Amino acid sequence: MSDNTLYPGLNLGDSHGEAHVGAETTVFGFWVFVMSDLIIFGILFAAYASYLDPLGLAGAPGPKDLFDIRSVAIQTGLLLLGGTAYGGVSLSVKYNCSRARVLGWLAVCAALGAGFLFFEIKDFVSQAGEGGVPQASGWLSSYWALVGLHGVHVSSGIVWIIAMMGQIVWRGIDDAVKIRLSMLGVFWHFLDLVWIGIFSFVFLVPLA
Amino acid sequence: MTRTTSPIFGRLDWSVTPYTDLLRKVDSNSLVGAGAATVLVLGAIVTIALITWKKWWGPLFKDWLTSPDAKKIGIMYIVLGLVMMARGIAEGFVMRTHQTTALGTLAEPEKGLVAPEHFSQLFSTHGTIMIFFVAMPLLIGLINFVLPQQLGARDMAFPVLNQVSLGLTAAGAGLVMISLLIGKFGTGGWTMYPPYTGITYSPGEGVDYWVWAILISGLGSTLTGMNFAVTIFKNRAPGMEFMRMPLFCWTSLCVAIMLIYAMPALTVSSAMLALDRYAGFRFFANDGGGNMMNYANIFWMFGHPEVYILILPAFGVFSEISSTFSGKKLYGYTSLVIASMSIAVISFTVWLHHFFTMGQSAGVNIAFGIATMIIAIPTGVKIYDWMATMWRGRVRLTTPIVYLTGFFLLFVIGGLSGIILANPSIDYQVHNTTFLVAHFHNVIIPGTLFGMLAGIHYWYPKAFGYRLDETWGRRTALLFVAGFMLTFLPLYVLGLMGLPRRSPTFQNPAFMPWMIVAEVGACLMLAALASLFWTFRTSFKNRTKLAVPGGDPWNGATLEWSTPAPVPEWTFPCIPEVTARDDWGETKRAGDPWRAPDTYSDIEMPANTLHGLLIAAASFGLGFAMVWHIWWLAIVSFLAIPGIMAVRGMREIEPKIIPASQVREEDRKFRERVASLTPVTRADEASERNQGVPDLSEFAG
Repeated sequence: MSDNTLYPGLNLGDSHGEAHVGAETTVFGFWVFVMSDLIIFGILFAAYASYLDPLGLAGAPGPKDLFDIRSVAIQTGLLLLGGTAYGGVSLSVKYNCSRARVLGWLAVCAALGAGFLFFEIKDFVSQAGEGGVPQASGWLSSYWALVGLHGVHVSSGIVWIIAMMGQIVWRGIDDAVKIRLSMLGVFWHFLDLVWIGIFSFVFLVPLA
Repeated sequence: MTRTTSPIFGRLDWSVTPYTDLLRKVDSNSLVGAGAATVLVLGAIVTIALITWKKWWGPLFKDWLTSPDAKKIGIMYIVLGLVMMARGIAEGFVMRTHQTTALGTLAEPEKGLVAPEHFSQLFSTHGTIMIFFVAMPLLIGLINFVLPQQLGARDMAFPVLNQVSLGLTAAGAGLVMISLLIGKFGTGGWTMYPPYTGITYSPGEGVDYWVWAILISGLGSTLTGMNFAVTIFKNRAPGMEFMRMPLFCWTSLCVAIMLIYAMPALTVSSAMLALDRYAGFRFFANDGGGNMMNYANIFWMFGHPEVYILILPAFGVFSEISSTFSGKKLYGYTSLVIASMSIAVISFTVWLHHFFTMGQSAGVNIAFGIATMIIAIPTGVKIYDWMATMWRGRVRLTTPIVYLTGFFLLFVIGGLSGIILANPSIDYQVHNTTFLVAHFHNVIIPGTLFGMLAGIHYWYPKAFGYRLDETWGRRTALLFVAGFMLTFLPLYVLGLMGLPRRSPTFQNPAFMPWMIVAEVGACLMLAALASLFWTFRTSFKNRTKLAVPGGDPWNGATLEWSTPAPVPEWTFPCIPEVTARDDWGETKRAGDPWRAPDTYSDIEMPANTLHGLLIAAASFGLGFAMVWHIWWLAIVSFLAIPGIMAVRGMREIEPKIIPASQVREEDRKFRERVASLTPVTRADEASERNQGVPDLSEFAG
């Protein structure tokens, strides 16, 4: 299989035989899924922009009252470090490292993701305490929906990581598991990408 | 109705069935409601009794419901679509009958067969069903059945995901169906515009039924789109280059791309509506920063590509049949490919014409008006291409060609009325009238419905091994053509006379003659539906006479006609090497097309699995529980879905292996059979002499 027909991203490589060939269709399919998911986020970004005006804010607490940019910076750091850590998973799988090392990197990713969620939920709770509940204005609805949906994605990513750790322990790193780890990688990096959009557009733009 | 929520039954109680209304007050309205529920219950009982009596449960479960075979999944989609169509047409008939009796007076404005509230439910379910649970299953089913065969693939790229998609669609359809018996459906039309459908003005379960049916089945359609796209990009037979793909594959690719990009918009708009209704969000509220225009905007970002999702597969079918039944190569293949792709792309740039009157500037309106008119150009190219394909061909007036002819005549009228509506200044005059209703029925019925029925007729022998009865097929087609014209052309006139769409009543006696014509048309549509089912029945009874074991009853040119009818589970004994466009036709031209392959090898097929069925059950449970606020069931079903996926992920799943010896044996039998059958000439194609082996000397495609 020539390299220029392969899906973008880190491939397993020829030494993985059938898993490498099989990954092509499956991971390409997952890219397509992610593309569709990206449209969902895209529309929510557009909706957020449309509510970010005095009419949409409707006198309820706004960005300047609610956003704690330090906490958001910490979240960003944790999530992006988590994304980088997934590189450890992909490389250990590609170069046939020990099962323990793959599990270890997965655990690091899950932990960093959980750390991100901890700060995000803490923010949501304190914002709700200051009257920034999604029922208060159109802008708050769109803020909670967009950032919340990203949080739901991170949570399902963590569930997926745990499921994959179970599969590695249960059945070892076989072809199917390798392919699924490649898809999980695409998903996990996709969450970083969306977050970069959220960090700049949802948090920085209204504060600027 | 009480609004207390029990922890076990949520808001369900004995007052939710239409029989309660009947007990409260007997009139035509409650009789229609209870009658519909009774038809649903009796239909279910009869179906279950029949399956039990014929001992079909085992085969139904083993061969169908757990099968990941795209061909079977396709057939199940089509069955689902036809069942839902029966309900949709019946509802259409009730609506027409209601309006025919709805001439009120100023003194007594409310008249007619059913109450206004009931009428609103009817047009809401009718639209929802016809778009999401008739047109979509029919076209997705047809693509599932045909696409892998035409590409020279054994199956879809993701067979089990395909099963899940079917399950999700069926779960959504189930929710709409159950709303006949338990509770009510929404009254906001198939688009369910807020704020009317917000919790303030529509507090009941009706809108929730719509929301969950759409969310669940919409996810299924998104996954289907992915599956089609990946299949086309990755699973083509060796040598099947893009520009060698049959046109139906091209339109399937367009559909796949549009499903991937358009369905998320529907998911977002419905999920926002759900958040507004369940959690008090303010997306579309009247105050507090809400903006209902966002709903219209996002919904139609999906909604307009959707109408091309509906029409493009029909265009694919027409490309296949116009060539096959004229015995000519498809005229302007490249232009048809470009036209299909242009339609797919431009369809994303016109959505605003659905709300020209919402208050944006004239400049914005005219930009979208022009974009809308531009779509007519590739569509026109296609119509000319098909006509040129038939020009001086040896055209046989088979059922698909009757549909195609009806399409030529009627679809063009529908398209032209679309051009009229694309002009914002005219749209201001006629928007929200039955002129619009006439327009979209005028494109969807002669387009999608005729296309799908033509396709079903065309590929039916491949699925079941016998042709459909031609006489009844043509009768059905003619009844649909006549029924369509009588029902919907008067609505153009009524719209210009000023009748708003969705009117439960009116006071202008001048409408009446047109109403009566439309009612006659509605009767013909019912007759056409009956005739369609009769076609299936009578063909089944005569299946030995209509059998076409040779597998190529129409002297076709594409790969799917090279296999036996009915097509075996593994489709091809070995994956074909494609060397030309219309590869099977070229093989015929070269002579001796039925030569056996040199070697056979074991074939790996995906093993049967319960996965799709379990996901479908869980998602139906989730939808139903959310509609009725049965929180424990909602939580259990919601957790069940990742649970089912995790359990499947833990298991190592072995594919089903079909040994080479079995393939060789079946293939040998098929080739001996072909050699023993008498080839049939075109003139005898519709007679019993057609056993699926065409006279090769006549092949000219």
